[in-house]
Order: sequence, then structure tokens, then C-alpha cells
Amino acid sequence: MKILVYIDNRKNHIKKTDLELVYYAYLIAKKHGGSVDALVLGSGENAGELGKYGADRVYTLSHGEFFDANGISKVVKNFAEEKSADLIIVPFNSSGKPLVGMLAALLNASTVTGVLDVPEMDDGKFVFKKGVFSSKAFAYIKALNNKVVVSLIPNSLSPEEVVSEANVETVSMAVDERVKVVGVDKVEGKVPLPEAERIVSGGRGMKGPENWGVLLDLAKALDAETACSRPVSDVGWRPHTEHVGQTGIVVRPNLYVALGISGAIQHLAGVSSSKVIVVINKDPEAPFFKAADYGVVGDLFDVAPKLTEAINKFKGN
Amino acid sequence: MNLLVCISKTPDTTARIAFKDDFTKFDEGGIQFIMNPFDEFYSLVRAIELKEKFGGTVTVLNVGEPANDIVIRKALAIGADKAVRINTAPTSAFSVAKQIAEYAKDKNFDIVFFGKETIDYNGGEVAGMVAAMMDLPFVNLASSLEVDGAIGKLNRDIEGGVEKVEVGIPFIVSTAKGMAEQRIPNMRGIMMAKRKPLEVVEPVDTVDNIEIVKYELPKEKSGVKLVDADNIDELVRLLHEEAKVI
Ligand SMILES: Cc1cc2nc3c(=O)[nH]c(=O)nc-3n(C[C@H](O)[C@H](O)[C@H](O)COP(=O)(O)OP(=O)(O)OC[C@H]3O[C@@H](n4cnc5c(N)ncnc54)[C@H](O)[C@@H]3O)c2cc1C
Ligand SMILES: Nc1ncnc2c1ncn2[C@@H]1O[C@H](COP(=O)(O)O)[C@@H](O)[C@H]1O
Repeated sequence: MKILVYIDNRKNHIKKTDLELVYYAYLIAKKHGGSVDALVLGSGENAGELGKYGADRVYTLSHGEFFDANGISKVVKNFAEEKSADLIIVPFNSSGKPLVGMLAALLNASTVTGVLDVPEMDDGKFVFKKGVFSSKAFAYIKALNNKVVVSLIPNSLSPEEVVSEANVETVSMAVDERVKVVGVDKVEGKVPLPEAERIVSGGRGMKGPENWGVLLDLAKALDAETACSRPVSDVGWRPHTEHVGQTGIVVRPNLYVALGISGAIQHLAGVSSSKVIVVINKDPEAPFFKAADYGVVGDLFDVAPKLTEAINKFKGN
Repeated sequence: MNLLVCISKTPDTTARIAFKDDFTKFDEGGIQFIMNPFDEFYSLVRAIELKEKFGGTVTVLNVGEPANDIVIRKALAIGADKAVRINTAPTSAFSVAKQIAEYAKDKNFDIVFFGKETIDYNGGEVAGMVAAMMDLPFVNLASSLEVDGAIGKLNRDIEGGVEKVEVGIPFIVSTAKGMAEQRIPNMRGIMMAKRKPLEVVEPVDTVDNIEIVKYELPKEKSGVKLVDADNIDELVRLLHEEAKVI
């Protein structure tokens, strides 16, 4: 079996989520037999690193900074055909998401988005696990076609170094100019929420944007990203890019700390796959406590600063 | 403008999810179905806004069985002009995409709208499939869309920022938060919806490329451990020693 991993490395630095993709491919190849090619969009600096996490061969594609999924889908398609790839793995992010459907149609492939685990095999066909119904259940989905495209949820596994660096080869691509990227407004230096390992999130219980200091302090102590409930972004206390939940971003950090969030089902839909949930709420009946691992019943303006202090003290030791 | 909005139905998020036949089938009994929020709040409303500005027609399209007509009528009540239902149960993203592409191929739509994903299976696959099948350019995860002559100007959410793109009409878009504000249907809309056309089209033959083998419920949380507000050091200890997250 031949596995192809697509990695968007336009920022020219290999991220943990990229290593997860390659390591995932490695685990599949180890379990079911096969080899791993990685196709990296970007100048290829550090691309050899991917070899350590399981890529047998690494190919880099040079490009302009602005490049669009319509073009990438055709490159990946051609490349997959050239390498006779049976399984194509793409990231579960804004670069990978548009590719899945397009590749499925271009390659007549089966697709499963947001897979969580190394698949089992049944009758020579992969069976992938994914979350469905807003994380209220899992489904096991069998890919019936010979070619398969999947996207892997970030933080689903912990990549480990397994082999040595791989050789890097440069390839070129044809350009599809139908969609022109004319610019990018960036918020620099932040880890995208779906990839974040720790998140501190605030709800309406924060009372107003002027109070966010206590949350930011806690996030800083925990080295965490910040998020919020939907009403908070709806009224503009925080940017809508922080809105998590059913209609916002789905996150899966190791630690999710909720300050003044009631835990409505639509909010839980976006956060319930977090490994550990800590809820701070003054209402002992808040539904969020049912989904939490640890809870503090109390006023967040009292508890959050104490927690920040305790963490800083702990880190100081 | 000639606008097509693809709408799907999905269980209400507050619905209690259950399975039958030894966890191989989703149990629809007692489930309240709604229009997929991305389709309703973002795609449909933005399409209606564009029509209000430039004139034209908003058609909503659903691949589904007659029970879906309730959801389709809601889209008409919100302001779509007409509706089409392709009369078959949606069994996979691929077969749904085939039905849509087949229907749309000779209708000269300027923009075909999709939601970024349905909230039941969270696939986010149909739009890209239709784009490739129709060989139309595709803008995914769009948070805004303006039309300037024959050009669509869109913002796309990307990690840590926003990408600005331009694309010639016709094109395919999948919509995300920011695109528009939810509209609640009013009495007049609901009355008018009853008189708007809902055409039923027979499906083409398709094959599914995936099969759901079984479902599983997540392990129950073992119950929350409460820590006293005056003993926060204990919480830090638990996060470190027991949960191992700090
Ligand atoms: C179709 C649909 C989609 C939706 N999608 C989303 C979504 O994606 N994400 C989302 O978040 N919501 C979503 N919602 C909204 C959701 O139903 C809830 O209304 C929302 O999550 C509530 O936000 P909240 O918890 O911040 O506010 P509230 O429900 O008002 O809760 C505030 C909480 O703060 C606590 N509190 C107040 N003061 C303090 C204090 N001093 N100290 C400690 N605790 C305090 C209160 O006890 C309360 O539990 C959606 C709703 C619908 C209908
Ligand atoms: N049965 C359907 N009928 C019409 N449109 C659909 C159907 N299923 C999905 N779609 C559209 O495709 C989008 C993405 O769906 P999915 O790929 O299933 O997550 C939805 O937001 C709808 O716009």
C-alpha cells in the first residue's frame, strides 16, 4: 500500500500537527504494510525532519506565497496518480479541508473527514473512526473505493521520532488561476485553536470585555490559547475567531478551562472531545459540570486569579 | 443573479442521540430535525441579500425524502423563491454531490452555496465534490462574499488570519460564520412559502463510496471532581499528578 501525506508548509516551519500527519501515516504503514510519501507545499526548509517521524520520501513543491486549493487539488491528484497512492492524508485545517471533496471527485476516492485513529482493515477495506453528532457519538466508516482520502483531527496522537531524516526532492506544479488570492490579513504568533493543546475560554459570566484580564493572565500562566462562547463573540466582547462550539470552531485540546460558561449543548459540541475539562462557575447546577473532569463552584473573579497564582507558584518550583 | 443554495437537514443539536439494530443504525425516532445551521444562517441569508441587491432568483435544493419538505418550506419562508427536492434518501456525501452536480449542470447558476459542513456527520465534503464534478472554482470556509460585476470577492478563514480571494462567476462557495446574520421567518413569509413552487425531481443512479459499519457512544465521564475554591493548590496538584496536563 502507498500512502501520500499532503502538508501545507507555506510558513516554512514544520508544525506539530504536520508531524502528526506523517506519524499517523507511519503507524498505518506499520500496521497494514506500505510506504509513506510526503508532499510538502513550501520551500522545503526542515522538510527532511518529516523523515524522522515516518516519511520514507519527502517531495517539496515551490510556489508563490498565495496559492489556492483549486490548484493544490490538481497537483495532489496528479502526484497521487504518479505515485499510485492508495491512501491520501490531508490536514484537518483550512488548507486540507477544501481538498477532501475535490480529491474524492477527481480520483474517484472514498472520503472520511476528521478521523481519530489508525484504521482497522475489514475485507481489505479501511474502517476509520470519527466523531459524529457533535461529538455525541463515534461512527466507524468503511471506505469502499480503492482510493481513499482522509483528514486527521489535530491532537489525535503524539508523534514520536521513529527513523532518520528522509531525502528531499523538489517537484513543480501547474497553476490554476481561477481563484486568485489577493491578500492575507494575519494575526501573527497565535496557535490556531483547533491545534491548541491548552485553551482558556470565557462565557457571559465574564460580564464584559473589560474583565478579560483575569482570563488572559490565566491563559498566560498555562501557556494556553484563548476562546469564548458564542454570545461573547456575538456581542463583540471577543473576535469571532475565538468562538467555539457547534457553529464555531471545534477544539480538542488536552486541557480546556471554562470561566463563566454554562455549558449549553451547542457549546459542548465544540469542546467535549477535550481530554481534560475544568469548569469554574458560581452556579453548582450549571450543566457544564456534568461534562467536566474538575470543577470549582465559585465566583470566577475570585477563583481564576487564585488559580493563576497557584500555577505560577507551581511552575516556579 | 441566479443563485442556488444547497440545504441539508440534521438532528437538532439538543436531540438525544440513540442507535438501533445493534448500534448499526441511527435511530430517527423522536428526533426533531432542523435545517443545517450553516445553510440556514449563512448561505441562505447571504443569497437572499444578494438577490435583494442585484435582483434574480434564489433556489434552494435538497436531496432527500418527502419528510424534508418541512425544512424546505422554512427556507422558502425565510425568503428563497423556489425549491427543488431530489427525491432520494441521502446515503453518502458522494451520492448527494452527484445528484446536485447532475441537477445544476445545465441551469446556469452564478453561485452555488453550501454550508461549511453539516453538524451531524461534519463531513464538509459535498461542496468540493460538486465543484470538481462541475469543474467550477471553489472557495471554501468563506466568511464574507461581495459581488462586483462578474467577480466574487470573498474572505476565507485561515489559521491565524483571513485570506482575501477573487473569483470569476460562476463559482461554488461554502459558508462559515460571519457571512450573514440569521433571519427569523415572519408570518407573511410563512404564508407566502405555502404558495411558492417546490419541484420534486427524480434522482439519477449513484453508488455510495462509504458505508457506516457501526456507531459507538463515548465513554461516560467518571463524574466531576469538585475542588474547594479555598483550596486551589489541590486543583493544580490534580492537573499535574492525576490528569497530567500541566
Ligand atoms: C443553533 C444554535 C447554535 C449555537 N452555537 C453555539 C456555539 O457554537 N457555541 C456556543 O458557545 N454557543 C452556541 N449557541 C448558544 C448556546 O445555546 C448558549 O446560549 C451559549 O453557549 C451560552 O453562552 P454562555 O455559557 O457564555 O452564557 P450563559 O448561558 O449566560 O452562561 C453564563 C454562565 O456564567 C456563570 N456565571 C455568571 N457570573 C459568574 C461569575 N462571577 N463567576 C462564575 N460563573 C459565573 C453563570 O452561572 C452561567 O452558568 C448556539 C445556539 C443555537 C440555538
Ligand atoms: N442532502 C443534501 N441536500 C442538499 N444539500 C446538501 C445535502 N447534504 C449536504 N448538503 C450541502 O453540503 C454542505 C456540506 O455537507 P457535508 O459535506 O455533508 O458536511 C451542507 O452544508 C449543504 O449545503
